[in-house]
Amino acid sequence: MSTNKIPTVVVDDLNIKYRVILGANTGSAAGALRSLVSGKAPSQVVKSVHAVKGVSLTAYEGDTIGLVGRNGSGKSSLLRAVAGLLQPSSGDVYTASQATLLGVSGALNKSISGNRNITLGGLAMGMSREEVEAMRQQVIDFADIEEFIDMPMGTYSSGMQARLRFSIAAARKHEILLVDETLSTGDTEFRARSQAKIRELSGAAGTVFVVAHGHAMIREVCNRAIWMDKGIIQMDGETNAVLDAYEADVAAKKAAKEAKDEGK
Amino acid sequence: MTIHDPTNSAARALAEEFSLVSASKIPSLRVYLKSTWRRKDFIAELADARSTQQYSDSLLGRIWQLITPLLNAGIYFLIFGVLLGTNKGIDNFTAFLVSGVFVFNFMQVTVTAASGSIPKNSRLIKAIQFPKLVLPLATVVQQIQQYAVSLVVLLVIVLATGEPLTLMWLTLPVVLVMQTLFTTGFALILARWGARSRDINQLLPFFTRTWRYVSGVFFSITIFTASMPAAVGTALLLNPGAVYIDLVRDSLMVTQSSDPIIWIMGAVWAVLFFVVGLVYFYRGEKKYVN
Repeated sequence: MSTNKIPTVVVDDLNIKYRVILGANTGSAAGALRSLVSGKAPSQVVKSVHAVKGVSLTAYEGDTIGLVGRNGSGKSSLLRAVAGLLQPSSGDVYTASQATLLGVSGALNKSISGNRNITLGGLAMGMSREEVEAMRQQVIDFADIEEFIDMPMGTYSSGMQARLRFSIAAARKHEILLVDETLSTGDTEFRARSQAKIRELSGAAGTVFVVAHGHAMIREVCNRAIWMDKGIIQMDGETNAVLDAYEADVAAKKAAKEAKDEGK
Repeated sequence: MTIHDPTNSAARALAEEFSLVSASKIPSLRVYLKSTWRRKDFIAELADARSTQQYSDSLLGRIWQLITPLLNAGIYFLIFGVLLGTNKGIDNFTAFLVSGVFVFNFMQVTVTAASGSIPKNSRLIKAIQFPKLVLPLATVVQQIQQYAVSLVVLLVIVLATGEPLTLMWLTLPVVLVMQTLFTTGFALILARWGARSRDINQLLPFFTRTWRYVSGVFFSITIFTASMPAAVGTALLLNPGAVYIDLVRDSLMVTQSSDPIIWIMGAVWAVLFFVVGLVYFYRGEKKYVN
């Protein structure tokens, strides 16, 4: 990277560990009393998952970065930390402005209508009521749910919910945009439309991170790609070089597995 | 706790040079409160959405906001006024009882609902970055709306039972502001506890029930503790629950009057809980996202 570029996202030795509660000691009065008295979190059967292990990277203005890697390689956790939606265990993320995460599936609030979810989402992002009204029709049109907009969001199909969520988040202006396609469940037609939206947004001066199933799309829109494996960055560089290496690795692992299965 | 690797300070230097902001650091209290205030429409919308949601499945809808407090008052009247006779020595027991029940219920329902305000909104928290203070505040706003309905009912009952309209009624808004500040602060403390552990939901009903029984909702603390050591009576009278009930009765009923110390305690509890609750909730901000 040349040094005269303006950085917009700096990830500094980021570590993310999840505590997954497997159950047991939750929800008892005695447990709460004990934790209140001792000042410690109540005893639970907890498993720690180290999702991101010491990742460092710098993204610049105009960068569109594709993130690739197997399920559970830490891509989504990395994006959520950049958006400030997840607290790092150590290290930090620095951003030029609040990053927006697109693609979290499902309704914000299932028991209220799609229309009110638009209001709720817009206001939560810090918009004024006027700004929400100005964007409302655009969101409804983009999500293509005009006839269902006054029904509770719980009655929507998961695809419709995902479409509306994506449209609400995409309606705001973004300098840093994080798109996690693996979290959304839109149909093929909507996926094409959302990809068009991503292209449009990445054309602007901002910085875009994309996690997508389709490598063709990443090759087309991204100028840079990062391959993550088991929480660490395996490779970071020019899109085609990184994707070629990743795809070769996937093919090699698959061949090795098949050979092993045959050997049995 | 964020631990930095000292060998990787180049990244931080770069971040500093281009004045990038840490995505995980909590802003200063001033900035935090400002960005909460900017989202006041969001707070109102959340409160309204929750009220709609609460009654969306019932046939009578929001009429329950009126029926519930009336039923509560009716039950207490039957048990304590008719069966147990705790009304002895109290003029206009109906007004005394209904004011106690309504004033206490606002505090109880608000702090209970606030304790679940973080876990109940986990979808929103996972999707969008915003100051989490808006969530318990929305609970408080929603309960204030409910309380306003109850208060109208209360004023009607008080007048219907023969209390005259006096200048003391003018002190009611002051009492309500103090009570709301106290309740908000207490709600914020419980909202942080509730975010940490689901056990709170189990324990809270026992606490609020005890609190109700020691706050003189349906009996006169002075009369009931007359034969006990003076310290017991004083302790009960000075607890915030009893203080605000007492002050509302002082405002609305000619036969009830509060000691000046009760007025002072009303202001002390309000400021103390509000400030401590706000700071305590703010300092837990990092813990609400994971």
